[in-house]
Amino acid sequence: MKGIVNISRRDFLKTGAAISGGLILGLHLNLPESVNAAAQQTPPLVPNAFIRIGSDDTVTIIVNHSEMGQGVYTSLPMLVAEELEADWTKIRVESAPVDPVYNHTAFGMQMTGGSTSVWSEYDRLRKVGAAAREMLIAAAAETWKVNKKGCRAEKGVVIHTSGKKLRYGQVADKAAAMPVPAEIKLKDPGKYKIIGRPTRRLDSPEKVNGRAMFGIDASVAGMLTAVIAHPPVFGGKVRSLNADKARAVAGVKDVVHAPSGVAVLATGFWSARTGRDALEIVWDENPNAKLSTSGMREQYAALARTPGAVARKEGDPEAALAKAAKRLSVEYEVPYLAHATMEPLNCTVDLKPDSCEIWVGTQFQTVDRNAAAGIAGLKPEQVRIHTMYLGGGFGRRANPASDFVSEAVHVAKAARVPVKVIWTREDDMRGGYYRPMWYDRIEAALDEKGDPLAWKHTIVGQSIVAGTPFEKVLVKNGIDNTSVEGAADLPYAIPNVIVDLHSPAIGVPVLWWRSVGHSHTAFVVESLIDELAHEAKKDPYEYRRGLLAKHPRHLGVLRLAAEKAGWGKALPPGRALGIAVHESFGSYVAQVAEVSVSPMGEVRVHKVVCAVDCGMFVNPETIKAQMESAIAFGLSATLHSEITLEGGQVQQSNFHDYKVLRLNEMPEVEVHIVRNTEKPGGIGEPGVPPVAPAVCNAVFMLTGKRVRRLPVRPEDVKQT
Amino acid sequence: MIHLEVNGKRHDLDIGPDVPLLWVIREYLKLSGTKYGCGMAQCGACTVHVDGEPTRSCVTPVSSVSGKKITTIEGLGASRAGRAVQKAWTAEDVPQCGYCQSGQVMQAAALLAKNPGPTDTDIDASLSGNLCRCGTYQRIRKAVHRAAGIMAKGGKP
Repeated sequence: MKGIVNISRRDFLKTGAAISGGLILGLHLNLPESVNAAAQQTPPLVPNAFIRIGSDDTVTIIVNHSEMGQGVYTSLPMLVAEELEADWTKIRVESAPVDPVYNHTAFGMQMTGGSTSVWSEYDRLRKVGAAAREMLIAAAAETWKVNKKGCRAEKGVVIHTSGKKLRYGQVADKAAAMPVPAEIKLKDPGKYKIIGRPTRRLDSPEKVNGRAMFGIDASVAGMLTAVIAHPPVFGGKVRSLNADKARAVAGVKDVVHAPSGVAVLATGFWSARTGRDALEIVWDENPNAKLSTSGMREQYAALARTPGAVARKEGDPEAALAKAAKRLSVEYEVPYLAHATMEPLNCTVDLKPDSCEIWVGTQFQTVDRNAAAGIAGLKPEQVRIHTMYLGGGFGRRANPASDFVSEAVHVAKAARVPVKVIWTREDDMRGGYYRPMWYDRIEAALDEKGDPLAWKHTIVGQSIVAGTPFEKVLVKNGIDNTSVEGAADLPYAIPNVIVDLHSPAIGVPVLWWRSVGHSHTAFVVESLIDELAHEAKKDPYEYRRGLLAKHPRHLGVLRLAAEKAGWGKALPPGRALGIAVHESFGSYVAQVAEVSVSPMGEVRVHKVVCAVDCGMFVNPETIKAQMESAIAFGLSATLHSEITLEGGQVQQSNFHDYKVLRLNEMPEVEVHIVRNTEKPGGIGEPGVPPVAPAVCNAVFMLTGKRVRRLPVRPEDVKQT
Repeated sequence: MIHLEVNGKRHDLDIGPDVPLLWVIREYLKLSGTKYGCGMAQCGACTVHVDGEPTRSCVTPVSSVSGKKITTIEGLGASRAGRAVQKAWTAEDVPQCGYCQSGQVMQAAALLAKNPGPTDTDIDASLSGNLCRCGTYQRIRKAVHRAAGIMAKGGKP
């Protein structure tokens, strides 16, 4: 296939690297800062890096964000195609190699996360498309020897006023050599033909016929499959090993040590797993063996009664609490959670003396590549990562420690053979990097009218970025912003507020989990506001409205969700509505859940009405799908999932004891999208935070029982 | 020697009798569409048809299906219900990450082959064993109904 950019793609790889000057670890998760950072360091415009046009007119968009279900292999091409004036039916997608030219426009490294893909590429990819369009027009004009002002582009064809036409495929080669235009004028949004229109996913066909290639489907000639024995306690090391029985298993070829455990390599998964299970390992004594969920709860609860690092302070909350008419003091808690992606972790590595090829579903290409290079003793440029489809990410495949990639490189290095490391479901479930366990204590006070006077919120839980290269950038004055997001930016009008934080160091690896800090702060804040409304004997929806007067976008989604759900309407007996609203990742989401509770305390969610304001959007179908997805994901955590430890060991292992939502429990989800011209916000995560509080607020309406720990336990809500 | 008929093609394989069918399909026959999710019949990602019955290949010893007709996602398009389900799935934009979808599609096709007009209760009963962490359940439900409609109209969407 010839291409606009076939030859020059190699050139840009050099150019891109030279211009960007290598890895910039300037990560900011705080949205406004990110936007500023992006504005300050505008990346070079290299259309050839993102578009390849074949002589058969196919337009291949090289996408630099990982597709893990959130729809970027459709929404990002839409941005390019809009300005390129491409024929949408000719669009194909390819995953980008690792190169600085593909760095995240705000984060300075190649990665997918933080619900940032669309907004961070919103300008660049439109400009890329527009630049390529101009280059194609210029090439056609030169072919015809006419002034390019008489040419326009439409649906993959350059048309001259005389009626002459050239398809993109016919001028692609020439266009590749055209200069990249210095000035680019983007379309008026009113003229969009693709952006903003409901568009079906490009990856559906190959995901329903088995052809989509995930990391676990990678295959290299001569490769062995490895399954690894990890320590039963986090951080454990091998004291002694007897691999005789493992080596005797048919198909087992080798047993090697890696820093993370002992790997058994075999001709296939089953032999490797059988061999792994036959290893006789004595692990060392480890201080983490003392960890237990009950012990941590006590420790956290005690910490929550002491002052922490202050994330926000206004007024004099202590004084206000002391003289308040009504006072409330409550504690909330949520457990460790596994991401439990449907595709267990895996990584395939072909390591040679002067190169390393990696096939993996990852959200963290630059970090993983650099880690691999370090282990292999190669330069980063000698490491090539093939980003496969991710069978779910939810943050687990964005690990600053590159755990599953590093380990596979170690195994390949030790075994001197191409290797595919597959984690069993049990390995995946017990492998750590969980959403942290959180314990929150809130004291709040109301005045005589029932308005909140004081709010004192103490948060206890591990910092996700502590001990990682991100700590320097993300922890400020002892505050990891990902621990307090959604709490420190409490939007409600309360005159006296303090939010403080304890970040105990615990030996359980933790990581971002879809919606990160918001996954717990929204539950606490939106439940507590509900508690205050009931204390004040006011309607929870009206109460919120009264306190959000200065936050029109919160108000907008809140009102929309309430109206569409028929807030206040008569419901069938045994049903009630609960409401919650939350801002995260630059978007605003309100949800109304219709719930029933059986006499035995089983919570059933019948319907969720969801209103979302994510500013200007690209694909409304993606928004709907992501809201449905986020609600299901949040409901798993609300109703079922929990990782606990005893004697330092994770007690759950597979989907029978780490339960997640099943089809028969899925509520009807109705999504309403606000149309406006605000800056684009995120969409993959913001639907998660409001679910738990909306459901639990409905449970309170039904039972009078306030759910203050997740997942909801039947004994906490059953009718006695 | 184990004799398998997979997607209409006969294979004679010299493999251990206890190896789960899943790994035989994926590693010996190189059909990677059938997925590993849990290894204990908890998630349904590995669902194939054995003589038309939806079967969790991760817990099915290969020796137990010797001589039986096996259909995987790669061969599903040969059946009327299979084609209808794949069409409906695309039309409803069901997949997200897509990892569980081979299993979902196989389970749904087996349901429709037996029950061309399933109710929501039938769908719940048949498909609640197939997990999806992306939460595509609402669309799966709609797509099963749509597939039933496609089949009723003789294959036209």
